Amino acid sequence: MEQVIGNISVLAAMPIFNLGLLIDGLLVGSIFALAAYGLALVWGVMNVKNLAQGDFIMIGGYLTWTLGRHGIDPLFGVPLTMVVLWSIGWLLYRAVISKVITRDLFTSLLATFGIAIVIQQGLNLAFGPDTQSAHADLPTLSFAGGLINIAATRIVGFVFAILIAVAVILFMKKSRIGQAIRATAQDARAARVLGIDTEKIYSFTFCLNAAICGAAGALVAVVWNVQPFLGTTYSIRLFVIVTAAGFGNLPGVIAAGFGMGVFEQFGGFVLGAEFQQALIVLLLLMVLAFRQLQQLRVRQAVQ
Amino acid sequence: MNRTSFHPLTIGLLLLTGIAAPLLFPAYTNQIAILWLMIVFASTWDILGGQMGYNSLGNIVFFGAGMYTSAVVQIGLFYDVGMYTSGARTTHIVFTNAQYFTGFALGIIAAGIAAALLAWATSWIVFGLRGPYFAIGTLGVAVAAAELIASWEWVGAAAGISMPVFPGAPDTQKLFFYFLLFGLAFVVLVCLRSLYSTNFGLAINAIRDDEEKAEAMGLHTRRYKRTAWSISAFFLGIAGAIFGNMTGFIDARDIAFPTTTFNIFMILMVLLGGKGTFWGPVVGAVVFQVIKEVTWTYFLGWQFVALGLLIVIIVVYFQQGIVGWLMEKYPERFGIRVAPKKEEERPPAIGLAPHPEGAE
Repeated sequence: MEQVIGNISVLAAMPIFNLGLLIDGLLVGSIFALAAYGLALVWGVMNVKNLAQGDFIMIGGYLTWTLGRHGIDPLFGVPLTMVVLWSIGWLLYRAVISKVITRDLFTSLLATFGIAIVIQQGLNLAFGPDTQSAHADLPTLSFAGGLINIAATRIVGFVFAILIAVAVILFMKKSRIGQAIRATAQDARAARVLGIDTEKIYSFTFCLNAAICGAAGALVAVVWNVQPFLGTTYSIRLFVIVTAAGFGNLPGVIAAGFGMGVFEQFGGFVLGAEFQQALIVLLLLMVLAFRQLQQLRVRQAVQ
Repeated sequence: MNRTSFHPLTIGLLLLTGIAAPLLFPAYTNQIAILWLMIVFASTWDILGGQMGYNSLGNIVFFGAGMYTSAVVQIGLFYDVGMYTSGARTTHIVFTNAQYFTGFALGIIAAGIAAALLAWATSWIVFGLRGPYFAIGTLGVAVAAAELIASWEWVGAAAGISMPVFPGAPDTQKLFFYFLLFGLAFVVLVCLRSLYSTNFGLAINAIRDDEEKAEAMGLHTRRYKRTAWSISAFFLGIAGAIFGNMTGFIDARDIAFPTTTFNIFMILMVLLGGKGTFWGPVVGAVVFQVIKEVTWTYFLGWQFVALGLLIVIIVVYFQQGIVGWLMEKYPERFGIRVAPKKEEERPPAIGLAPHPEGAE
């Protein structure tokens, strides 16, 4: 407890520290926002809540880490992981997801939870339970006389995340397939009537999401670290973000992603790193409770 | 499902199985004890998941809560808990017979009550949530509990607690815990049977079928949901207390709140056996436990991959479960009357949409 109060007083005494944490949080948050966008996409288009989202990220991370060990710069891993995860996504869609889309929501949730367990345990067997990190040889930048230290990898990660996000958003807005995806999300039946092959659109959306996760995973491996069982934490994080923002609300998802990053940096600094996971989960419960209060108000209005 | 209690023959068979099993297979007493534990898991999960339609991913919370409550009570009655669990402790602490058994008995009671209270308290957060939000919310509660307990110094943090040692020979110990778990499973089955035959059972089934309509008919859905959850938590808490003493060592992540083992087993067994049927969870638990015990060692570390695959396969291809499948195949045996298929003999009306009455 004293430690927590001490940390808070440090923050209060040195405002420049806050700035450092804020910047760090925003840089990390960009990756959350990217992956949360993928989750919101699948959620909105096919009404599947993908509990394996965080584990897709871990696959991407481990691929990048493996590349890094073979002397390939991890940042080149980004396009490669996207391709690999695209194919994994396609396989999973064929084998599992296509069969649960029309069923009730718990079915898809549990099926993706099963996939998550397979991926976690598979990664654990393949790479062992240790925490790994891919090193890109980039310096740490210091500002304000050494009070703000920002790793250049985080800036690179931020730039990549923004580039990918912008590319995906432009693709969704401008291209024919993007239009078809949005049409399917609005009304799948009407889209079918108008000649859109919704089955193909679902498959494409799921693959696109997997590829986005792959890219996010590559960035996570460079900026942070990967560990087979961290996937669940990422999944919960992304759920917090999407639930807080609402899945149809793209600017909201991105803002919530950045918010999550900042919240975690401050929370980790004040409470200590070992409370990080508990903090995320508590945030989830807070968001769910808040949403519930909101709905309560709506229900009263309806009554 | 409207008989008020078991047929005496069923009770006799259950008791006979429970008592004869450890005598016939003394080498497998522990495995059979775990089988009864699994039946408790599956049956209590089914109160919410099957009968009420609320699929929880976090029931394990009550198991762990009960385990830790009983540990704290058992130790705290006679010693200082913080001292007992501290890593720096060098003195050897021995519990006398009287201390062990009073502590254990009180611990079990406290565990059940604490778990039920916890369910009552958390229900304010989770029961406004529906469908997938409920599942994720409860999963969140489970993960949060594991993390918080794992960083709480007073209860041993990540190092866990060594429970008081059973005073007696290993064989007595085995049988002691076996009969505790069997007794618990028996009580759970009898209680649930009579519970499902009351209005309470009808009410939670109504919530599963259509919550809005149930509410419109004047059911206090929240009260029913909260009570159902507390009942399930009460039994899970007791199960946790017994299991914690049986293993002799508890820790937060792997034994008390194992979100990826026991927690998933519960759901898997219910789905395997048949959701929302009385005997489905029991059948599922037996089949699952037997398969697990027989094949587990042959997987050489791939068990959990296989477990994940099993979930996916059952969820995608075999969701009605064994009992559900039997009910579909031989409905008469389960007392379900099937209308004779007369519709097929009728010549199809040409050019007309089928009558809406025909669909009833």
